[in-house]
Amino acid sequence: MYQGDDRHERAPIPGITKERTEKLIAETLAEMPEKARNKRAPHLGANEPTATCCAVKSNRKVVPGVMSQRGCAYAGAKGVVWGPIRDMVHISHGPIGCGVYSWGTRRNLMQGIPGVTSFPMDFTSDFQEKDIVYGGDKKLEKLLNEANELFPLAKGFSVLSECPVGLIGDDINAVAKKMEEQLEKLVVPCNCEGFRGVSQSLGHHISNDSIRDHIIGKFEFPDPVGPYDVALIGDYNIGGDVWAAKPILEEIGLNVKSVWTGDGEVEKIGATHQVKLNLIHCYRSMNYMCKVMEEKWGIPWLEYNFFGPTKIAESLRAIAGRFDESIQEKAEAVIAKYQPMMQAVLDEYKPRLNGKTAMLFVGGLRPRHTIGAYEDLGIQITGAGYEFAHQDDYDRTSPEMANGTLIYDDVSEFELEKFVEELKPDLVGSGIKEKYVFQKAGIPFRQMHSWDYSGPYHGYEGFKIFARDIDMAINSPTWKLVKSPF
Amino acid sequence: MSAEAAVKIVTETPLEEIERVKDWINTEEYKEKNFAREALVVNPAHACQPLGAQMVATAFEGCLPFVHGSQGCASYFRSTFSRHFREPAAATCDAMTEDGAVFGGQNNLFEGLENAYALYKPKMLAIYTTCMPEVIGDDLTAFIKNARLKGHVPEDLPIPYANTPSFNGTHIHGYDAMLKSILETLTAGQKIDGKCTGKLNLIPGFDGNTANIREYKRILELFGIPHTVLADISDVFDSPCDGHYRLYPGGTKLEDAAESINGKVTLALQKYSTVNTMKWIEDEYSGEKVVMPMPFGIQKTDEFLMKLAELFGKPVPEELKAERGRAVDAMTDAHQYLHGKKFAVAGDPDYLLGIVSFLLEMGAIPYHVLCSRSTKKFEKEMKALLASSPFGATGKVYINKDLWHLRSLLMTDPVDGIIGDTHAKWAARDANIPLFRIGFPIIDRVNLHRSPVIGYQGAVNMLTMIANKFLDIKDETCENQWFEMMR
Repeated sequence: MYQGDDRHERAPIPGITKERTEKLIAETLAEMPEKARNKRAPHLGANEPTATCCAVKSNRKVVPGVMSQRGCAYAGAKGVVWGPIRDMVHISHGPIGCGVYSWGTRRNLMQGIPGVTSFPMDFTSDFQEKDIVYGGDKKLEKLLNEANELFPLAKGFSVLSECPVGLIGDDINAVAKKMEEQLEKLVVPCNCEGFRGVSQSLGHHISNDSIRDHIIGKFEFPDPVGPYDVALIGDYNIGGDVWAAKPILEEIGLNVKSVWTGDGEVEKIGATHQVKLNLIHCYRSMNYMCKVMEEKWGIPWLEYNFFGPTKIAESLRAIAGRFDESIQEKAEAVIAKYQPMMQAVLDEYKPRLNGKTAMLFVGGLRPRHTIGAYEDLGIQITGAGYEFAHQDDYDRTSPEMANGTLIYDDVSEFELEKFVEELKPDLVGSGIKEKYVFQKAGIPFRQMHSWDYSGPYHGYEGFKIFARDIDMAINSPTWKLVKSPF
Repeated sequence: MSAEAAVKIVTETPLEEIERVKDWINTEEYKEKNFAREALVVNPAHACQPLGAQMVATAFEGCLPFVHGSQGCASYFRSTFSRHFREPAAATCDAMTEDGAVFGGQNNLFEGLENAYALYKPKMLAIYTTCMPEVIGDDLTAFIKNARLKGHVPEDLPIPYANTPSFNGTHIHGYDAMLKSILETLTAGQKIDGKCTGKLNLIPGFDGNTANIREYKRILELFGIPHTVLADISDVFDSPCDGHYRLYPGGTKLEDAAESINGKVTLALQKYSTVNTMKWIEDEYSGEKVVMPMPFGIQKTDEFLMKLAELFGKPVPEELKAERGRAVDAMTDAHQYLHGKKFAVAGDPDYLLGIVSFLLEMGAIPYHVLCSRSTKKFEKEMKALLASSPFGATGKVYINKDLWHLRSLLMTDPVDGIIGDTHAKWAARDANIPLFRIGFPIIDRVNLHRSPVIGYQGAVNMLTMIANKFLDIKDETCENQWFEMMR
């Protein structure tokens, strides 16, 4: 259930007005061919925090040729939802590339012994021409047998389709069903071909559906169900986020029974229908299963935000509000306990960061979820947008942004470059494809998908690192060297 | 587990079972099972064709790489290059989705070309394909012709294109296909009988090391040989940070590529990534055509320089002679740190031939040589290279085997170090040996692409990296009584 934002409207940001933003959008669009201009225009807007729904359109097809930053359904399935489940073998079913490019490039860290109890590796059927011609179902069957023999402690297998599989009419669902019986282990088909849908987002949805159809409800926890049993949904353990978030929930007295899917264990995911409350961090990628569990098992769910002390405190109070006084007292105690540590972080970094501005362009959650953490450090967000968000994400974003700030959906390289050139933020937070474009221009940058090889950024421990990293990015003396004296 | 199956209880794998499997995967028995795999590939050391195509496309001045097919592929290629080079890697795509799968991708291509041309103002658009249009059978020749007829792109804009299905070959074949198409397109109608530009066309092949390309150019400049590098990634993927982002920061000039057909010599320094390009050049280009191995180590660099001297009638410059002497000096000085050390080497065919050649020169032992997708021809050539030196006598060649196979080899028949790209770090860690990062991609260390591994300087660089790492390990791991000032 969406709680809404109870913070009062942001103060205006100096220099940012609706008129200026709209002019910037109009000038940028003017350089596009008419058809592209008409398609792109609804995706760009000036923020109105009080509007009932955010003005920009989203979740539409990429405009061909504009250099979108989006990935595909397979990326959303393999990279986001499945990859982090540590005790399953995830098979990239199709040609060689997809598995290679998504191998180890999301930073969803995991415990375990690689190749024994955890599988942060690339498993693929490496389709050749003959597999395209004759189909890959037989190969898949054989491959599953081989994988089961070589990785006997894997708790199951996911079969993630790449583009050709859906085009040649293979039936991975039938193979998975047969092999699940034969191997007596989970074999989960996921029809996440890259051409499906408009972005990674459909891959998340399809994967949620696969979990619904093949995993959830198939397991139960050995211990009796307790009143404080919760699940952590939509935390993928990027740079160790789960390991910074879970202890906080445990400290307030909750019992985290499963994590979806960061450092995740598939059987625990399959028993999540037993928990009392689902706590969801990445709404975009996992709201589907929260809704399924709510409908089927009556499990309520609550969005929370563990970026920065303000949002952590707000979230802990909201979470504790769902439980009895003992949890509420512990939540207050935890907030009080970490307050001095957080104050020390602010004392160290805020003087150097106060009054700076940043622009964000990330996946489907972080632009809005990290705003509070930036604001804790005194940084204002002048522009934000998502690669693959939907309307409900933008509706949650609008109230978090000041009036007249720039909102951009599926922004192309061409547009973002223009926007940054005009708004001159002190920091851009986005992805690897954007990073060097802005760094060449002398603009400090942090990768906000991967935490730029750092992290965790969640929780109290994470905020310490976040603050250090943002300070390091903005105040690195290297930026002063960019302009040569001659 | 059928739908009706009973609910299972969440279980923890018993510790003794974990210990058993942990030990078992290091055994000879496991190795045999592992090598008996026929369908499953685990941790491959190669990527797909369009990645290589994009590298070539990026390397021509003002050329915008254009992916015909799924948008996710384009993002994967761009991310891969940006992670390796820590540089922008522009490429656009026509974002085919379900309707493209049904109706074909012509409309996507039309719209994509029109927008890409308007927004990014390229001098050339180089198109290559992902699996999707290849499976449904899109006809690029007709599509591009129609795009011009309908005015989506100017008549005179060069639009080379290559079919680069990922279910065939690897990134080096995509490199080959795209390079051939670009040269075919740019040289069309440019051949003038009897004309010779006097220039060398140098084809470096798929190489993720920008400093290698700079090194080739430096050597040619020392010789005084006019040249065109086909295709030159050095300024594209190693561009200055000066406050301006440039979409097209350099690359081979289109007019230079166009006149390359009238060159004096065309020299390819990778054989396996240029097969079709060189076959076509053999028939179409003026001048001499030469294919040589990459100049790794002393002897192959000698051969390269002597060939240049012979082809252009110029002596090897004094500076390079001195450089050779310094490299040999470094190698004799440090031979003791590499002599007899056993290595596993994984990578692309041309790189492997070069690295193995260098190891043999050092008296090191290339022991497991693995190429995760190649041919019998390569296997034969590698075996011949190993047979050429007593240090190669124990070396074994594994083609179409992956890095999980390599892991089994390392655990059952250990070596002292691995040479390969970042992907080999898992195997290196399990085997508790160092990984020397030479190849593509290197996504966990900085600046290695800025340090050449070819030529005499490259030999010194490799030697320094390898010898000093072994010495570091000794200093970090030896017991107190063996810790000493000098090494």
